[in-house]
This record gives sequence, structure tokens and C-alpha cells, in this order.
Amino acid sequence: MSAAPAAPPSASASAAPRPVAVDVPPWWRLYPNRIVTFWLVELRKIRHDRTELYMRAVQPVLWLLIFGETFSRIRAIPTPPGVSYLAYLSPGIMAQSALFIAIFFGIQIIWERDSGILTKLMATPTPRLALISGKAFAAGVRSVSQVVVILALSAVLQVRFDWNPLHLLGAALVVVLGAAFFSCLSMTIAGIVLHRERLMGVGQAITMPLFFASNALYPVAVMPGWLRALSSVNPMSYEVDALRGMLLGTPTALLLDVGVLAAAVVAGVAAAASLLPRLAR
Amino acid sequence: MAAPPADLPGVALPLTVRDLRVCFGSVTAVDGISFAIRRGEVFGLLGANGAGKTTTIRVTTTLIRASSGSVAVFGHDVRADALRVRHLIGYLPQALSADFQLSGYENVWLFARLFDLPRREREARVREVLRAMGLDDVRDRLVSTFSGGMVRRLELAQALVNRPALLVLDEPTIGLDPLARADVWERVRELREQTGMTVLVTTHYMEEADTLCDRVALMHRGRLVAGGTPGELKAALGPEATLDDVFRHHVGKAIEDEDVTGGGRDVRRTRRAAQRLG
Ligand SMILES: Nc1ncnc2c1ncn2[C@@H]1O[C@H](COP(=O)(O)OP(=O)(O)OP(=O)(O)O)[C@@H](O)[C@H]1O
Ligand SMILES: [Mg+2]
Repeated sequence: MSAAPAAPPSASASAAPRPVAVDVPPWWRLYPNRIVTFWLVELRKIRHDRTELYMRAVQPVLWLLIFGETFSRIRAIPTPPGVSYLAYLSPGIMAQSALFIAIFFGIQIIWERDSGILTKLMATPTPRLALISGKAFAAGVRSVSQVVVILALSAVLQVRFDWNPLHLLGAALVVVLGAAFFSCLSMTIAGIVLHRERLMGVGQAITMPLFFASNALYPVAVMPGWLRALSSVNPMSYEVDALRGMLLGTPTALLLDVGVLAAAVVAGVAAAASLLPRLAR
Repeated sequence: MAAPPADLPGVALPLTVRDLRVCFGSVTAVDGISFAIRRGEVFGLLGANGAGKTTTIRVTTTLIRASSGSVAVFGHDVRADALRVRHLIGYLPQALSADFQLSGYENVWLFARLFDLPRREREARVREVLRAMGLDDVRDRLVSTFSGGMVRRLELAQALVNRPALLVLDEPTIGLDPLARADVWERVRELREQTGMTVLVTTHYMEEADTLCDRVALMHRGRLVAGGTPGELKAALGPEATLDDVFRHHVGKAIEDEDVTGGGRDVRRTRRAAQRLG
């Protein structure tokens, strides 16, 4: 080009110019900071628009009141000794309603992409992994509302839970982990399909299979072999199992459950983060 | 406060672009450009639609990767040192980017957190930039109730909350009425006088570039076709020339040159690609 504007400084300058110093916080400060940040933002959003929260409470209430009460009468499903079917079902519905919230969380990412928010978030000093972790735990915070709804309803229905506050807190943490995983699954799908409608379609197609191929409604023992196999690779089952351990005191492999969930979250965050650049273009 | 500092000897420049090339499939959006921005100046990147301005900016802000060439911000390579580069930059994208589900205050507060401002300073800083952008009265309203000009000023507040050393504005006045445009420029000018920060700006409004920019570069089809101070560029054309004439002269000439070498095919290809995208 004939008219080269403002030629860059010649490479032959005597000493290489010094970069301007910048402090970047270490990762162990950065990640918690980002997760808490997105958490707080999510809380603000919930506060600005509470209708969604109320709408979300309808479905689990129906499940417990209609499905739960009916199947308690029929006594078709075997439960551990001393545990009513309603009590057995409640943790399953807790996990399910958190799943319903999380599995469509990718829509938010797509919406943020379309409204330019995602681009700007990605231009802040927030690594992709931290951004996705933050979003995943934001989904978790939304799903905790479901824990509250179901605990309240269970109290009304006089379900015999273990009301130890530590166990309740444990249950909330398990739901957060589960929601974090399923929101990562949703964001991963968002990164693949890139459009809101397609994500809705895929989300709808996989929600019910995830729910039914788990121990949310019935124990693994009554499943046919193929379903049992599916259930054993479904993080949902581990979530429900851990919740039952916390809330009902039934014997569960809590360490395994939480371990599987945590591993699933790590894998999910990595998968969603690796697809994030597709959304940012 | 102090006037913009001159280049400090031995300290890296705010922006150094060397042989930058960016391709999207068969479309070459940026075709080997080199330029540098000096400390404290307002540098305007001008050019017609599709010239490659936004693409250049997206490489600078670490959002996309160069196909070849290098870009450094204050001596930090955008690829190797993305986090540091992002800390140094305040970015106002061309497209809308505020979160309409949050209030004005919350939008800026979010960025104060994402830029790791210490807790003690956070609130004061958020209020300070909101005040500087004239949004103090509406800060607790949801952004969905803001006018276009208010949203743009809010986005500027977001870009400024980390006190960036390099402010990158991609068409900051797009879609604003003349008064709102003047208002945005006035605030940018004031801030720059106060802080001495460096500004990289793109715009389609030549008279704005003329009054605001210390130096400009004219881009066309991914290449730089002219550069210098607005005064130099105008003088080269004639005593009465405006920056608009400069734009017409260089971009028009480039189109003529291409017609001789069959550039029309390239246009068609670009359009087809754009349709596929849309
Ligand atoms: N993500 C993308 N995928 C494919 N092509 C792209 C992409 N982004 C930009 N382009 C193409 O690159 C070229 C330059 O685009 P760019 O947005 O950088 O131009 P611009 O100078 O900012 O234009 P405007 O003034 O309209 O904003 C255009 O031909 C555009 O179609
Ligand atoms: Mg542009």
C-alpha cells in the first residue's frame, strides 16, 4: 500500500519496549469471584421478575399432589421400609424440577449472544471456564428456589423428612450441583445448535428420557435391565440418590453420588466452555 | 488534570498492529494491515460498511483470533496474554450490549466486579461513572425503560468503570440523534482530558472524526488506503477539502482500481457470504 499510515515502531529499536504492568488475580481468587458475581446477578434478575419463580412452583406441586398422592394410595411402587411413597417421591421431584430449569438455561446464553451481552462479557478478564462456571452456578441458584418450594410443600403434606438443617443444606448443595451439570449440558447443546428454537426442541426431547431413565419416580430395582443400565449413567439418578440420603436418611452411597455429580459438572463446564467461541462469533 | 502524556520512552505503545489478516472462510475481512496508536491520542478507524473495522477491533479485544499477523496492547500480545489485554481495555461494541433485565446500576456494578475492582472502591467507582454519563437519576431503573441514547451512555459507563488505559469505541454514536451524538462525544472528550487515556474509535460520521480524532486511518476492503492527521489528509487534497472529500477520494479511487482488476467478483462473493450468514 502506497500510503502506509503511522508505521509501527521499527523493530530495530535499541531495547524492546517494556509492556505496561497489569495485575491479574490468581485463579483461586478469580474463579470464586466470578461464580459469586454471576450468582448475585442471577439473584437480582430473580428479584426483578418474580413471576417466573411462581410459575415454576406449579409443576412440582402438581406432581406431588396428584401423582404422589395417587401412587401412595395404589401402593404400586415399593419403597424402603418406613418411607411413604410421597416421601420417596419428593427428592425425585426436587431433582426433576431443578432439571427442568437447568435444561433450558442455554436459552439464556443464546439470548445473551443475540443481545450482545455475551460478547462484552467475553471481553472482560473472565476466562471462558470461569464464565461458564459462573453461569452454571447461577442456574444452581435459580434451582434452589425449587428446593424451598418442595420442602415447604412436604412440610404441609406432613412428609417425614429428616429436618436437620445441615442435611437440608446438603440437599440444596446437591441440587445446585445437579442444576450446574444440566445447565452445562444445555449450554453445550446451545453451542452446537446455536438457535433458540432448536435448543428448545432438543431440550424437550431429552428432558423426559433423563427423568424417566432415573430413580426419581421408582427404585432402580423395579427397572428392566436396559433401563437400569441407562439409569446408572444418568447423573440425575446420583442426584436423587444423594437427596434421598440427605432428606430421608435412607442408606445411600453419598460419596459416590457427590463424586459422580462433581465430575459431571467439571466435564460439563469443559464441554460448554470449549463451544463458547462458536457462540461469540 | 494533566494533558495526555507523550509517549514514554521505552514503554510499549497502546496498540501495535502488524500485518494483521483475518479470514472468515473465503472472505478476507482484514487483508494485511499495520498501524500503531500513540499514548494519549484519539485514533479514528474510518471506512465504508464492511471495510473491516469491527473485525480489527474484535481481534484487539481478544474476541476473535487473527489468521496471521500480530496485535499487541501496551506490549501484551492479544493471543498469548488475553487476560492482561482485557484488563487494559474498555470496550463499547457496535451492537447493543446492555442487559435489559438489570437496572442501570447493576449493569455497571457487574462490570466493576468482572474487572476485579477492589471491594472498597467498587461502589464509589460505579457511581462516579454513572454520574459522569449523566445517569445518576435513572440508575435504579431497569434498562428496558431506557431510551437509545441512555443505553449508549450506560454502555460507555460500563466500558469506563475499570478506568481503561485504552478505550475502544465501535461506532459509539450509531443510531443516536444529533444532540445525543454530540453529548456522547463531549463526555468522551472530557474524560480523555481528565484521564489521558488513549482512544480507538470507529465512525461513519466524517465531521465527528474531523473534530475528535488526532489521527485517522482510512480502511477499505480490509486494507488501509490512507492515514494521518485529519489536517494532513485534507491539505493533501486541497485548501477547501473536508474529511468527507478525503473519504470519497480514497474509497472512490480504490473502487475504480478494483474495477480494472476485477474486484466486482469479490463484492458478489462477499454479498453471497453475507446472505448465508443472515
Ligand atoms: N463472523 C463473520 N463471519 C463471516 N464474515 C464476516 C464475519 N464478520 C465479518 N465478516 C465479513 O468481514 C467483512 C468486514 O466486516 P466488519 O464487520 O469488520 O466491517 P466494518 O468495517 O465494521 O463494517 P460496518 O461499518 O458496517 O460496521 C464483511 O465483508 C463481513 O461480511
Ligand atoms: Mg463495524
